[in-house]
Amino acid sequence: MIDIQTFILYGSIFISLFFEVFLLITYLEVREELDLEEKYLGKNIKWFPTVTIIVPCFNEEHTVSNTIKSLLNLDYPKEKFSIIAVDDGSTDRTRRELAKFEDHPQFSVLSKENGGKYTALNLALEQVGSELVGCLDADSFVNPDALKKIVPFFDDATIKAVTPSIKVFEPRSVLQYIQKIEYSWGIFLRRMLSSLGALYVTPGPFSIFRTEIFRELGAYREGHHTEDLEMALRMQKRRYKIVNSHGAHVYTIAPTRLRALYKQRVRWTYGFLNNAIDYREMFFNRKYGNIGFFILPIATISIFSALYLFGNMLWNGLTKVFNTFVKFQTVGLNWKNSPPSFDWYFLNTSTTSFLILTTVTLTLIILYLSLRLSDGKFKITRGIFYYVLIYGFIAPLWLSRAVFSTVFRKKVSWR
Amino acid sequence: MIDSKKYIIAFAITAVIFSTAIFVSNILGQKKLEDTRAIEDRVALDILSSETQFALLEETSCSDIGPGFLSKELGSLGKKLSYAGNQTEFNSNDLEYLKRSYFLLEIKDYLLMKRLTEKCGIKPTFILYFYSTEDACEDCERMGYVLTALRDKYPDLRVYSFDYHFDVGAINTLVSIYKVKPDLPAMIINAQTYYGFHSVEDLEDTVPALQKLAAARAKALETATTSSERTN
Repeated sequence: MIDIQTFILYGSIFISLFFEVFLLITYLEVREELDLEEKYLGKNIKWFPTVTIIVPCFNEEHTVSNTIKSLLNLDYPKEKFSIIAVDDGSTDRTRRELAKFEDHPQFSVLSKENGGKYTALNLALEQVGSELVGCLDADSFVNPDALKKIVPFFDDATIKAVTPSIKVFEPRSVLQYIQKIEYSWGIFLRRMLSSLGALYVTPGPFSIFRTEIFRELGAYREGHHTEDLEMALRMQKRRYKIVNSHGAHVYTIAPTRLRALYKQRVRWTYGFLNNAIDYREMFFNRKYGNIGFFILPIATISIFSALYLFGNMLWNGLTKVFNTFVKFQTVGLNWKNSPPSFDWYFLNTSTTSFLILTTVTLTLIILYLSLRLSDGKFKITRGIFYYVLIYGFIAPLWLSRAVFSTVFRKKVSWR
Repeated sequence: MIDSKKYIIAFAITAVIFSTAIFVSNILGQKKLEDTRAIEDRVALDILSSETQFALLEETSCSDIGPGFLSKELGSLGKKLSYAGNQTEFNSNDLEYLKRSYFLLEIKDYLLMKRLTEKCGIKPTFILYFYSTEDACEDCERMGYVLTALRDKYPDLRVYSFDYHFDVGAINTLVSIYKVKPDLPAMIINAQTYYGFHSVEDLEDTVPALQKLAAARAKALETATTSSERTN
């Protein structure tokens, strides 16, 4: 008889493996498409639609100036492009920073009392008359060719939104290096989800929408502090097509300290879980395609299975450390009398260890493909080591907190 | 649109990976058990050979008994079985069987050694050790570390360890002969019973037989050092 713990353990590993295999099959399917996109996307554009980018700001005095400059630097016809910055009741010098650009014909500023990012976006949306509209968080910067790599997708009338590839801006600290690798994995994942029609976030940094969808679906909502996730799910529920342009690069300043990273990720995970609850009717529903049938359920389950696997490994690790400590306390080091000898008998050859080894191998393969997709080539960097060694220990911190807050209905702070 | 074929292929590949992992793990688990069985066979043969030699002793003298008279592999066999007991990949019936024969081999080895002691006046030091795997016995685990350390320190020391609650008639007989109470861990060293945990130092201080071994070891070390100094 298999006991319940073994069942959960095998179940968690099976789900992780299945998801990895599924992603790799998807990659094999879209490989040629990726090559074509890399070669031709953004060249010989015939139609330049009008675009407005909204920059919501709350206390972003250090970064907003560069954000606006990067937008003004975009390689796009000036007469077709405008920027609306919204000062959402900043208490620092953000307003003064924004004022520096006020003479620019493409630029305008709106001010309001602080009400949260979605209220800032909605205020600006009322003023938008362009065909396309997007948002750029005030801590992010765009590559000059980013918009040109997004706009061609709108030639397809069924596509309602396009998301970019988000990268970490000039990593310096260990945590930022870890996030750089994590974001690369995100780039790969988003591109695969795009092909599956299963993107469930239209991220704050530079997702571009057809303006008409806001008339059809309504304005942004609070969305449990993740308005970008809520909007994507609302679109998916209406079967609106969202795709990803992996060649459109946006850089964002990643948190340098664990506390800030923890808060950000608790908010993201909490937002995901609560929006998933709000949109639960999509789960396992074939009507919504891959996103309902597979991606939303697996993304939810993987939060719990990651926590379970981590708990399991932590328990085993601590037991081993404790036993070694007891042994040391009882007989001391005692290594002189027993020289290390290799006997394959004492190698762990359990089914679980083979399965975990396979899962880790597939993860590394996906990581390799992710880095190649995001950076154009694979290079061994210190970030990879930091990521492999540290990420597995810190991610459970926010995952568990977000699950806790969701279960006990506690609000999470947004920054 | 949902591409059912892709889901089926992904499921099939995952299932193949799972089955392969289970299959390989079972094969290796079996191989390990076969290895253990092979060691048991060798130990049994060692004992048989020693017994035969012993029977012949009636006609010859004790001086014919060489240093390899008692099996050397009981210790490593014990280690392997105790490792296997903590793993999940082994067939529990097979493991039970191997443990049963291990305990019996230990008792046979112990009896042979006792007869040898009586007949030839050789006095090997041995410990009969009773532990429990049924109830949480932290001291048993620590005692196990101590005995392993002692065995590493004194290669001539023979430790016979028995699972107190294992259903083998011979263990029960041994328990009743020595009147071992279920107050575990328990040790019998030269007919004296010790209960509870004892550290390496405790045992070396209080057990006369170990004191002798310690003295012999110190002497051997001293001789080795002097001779190496002379060579230099």
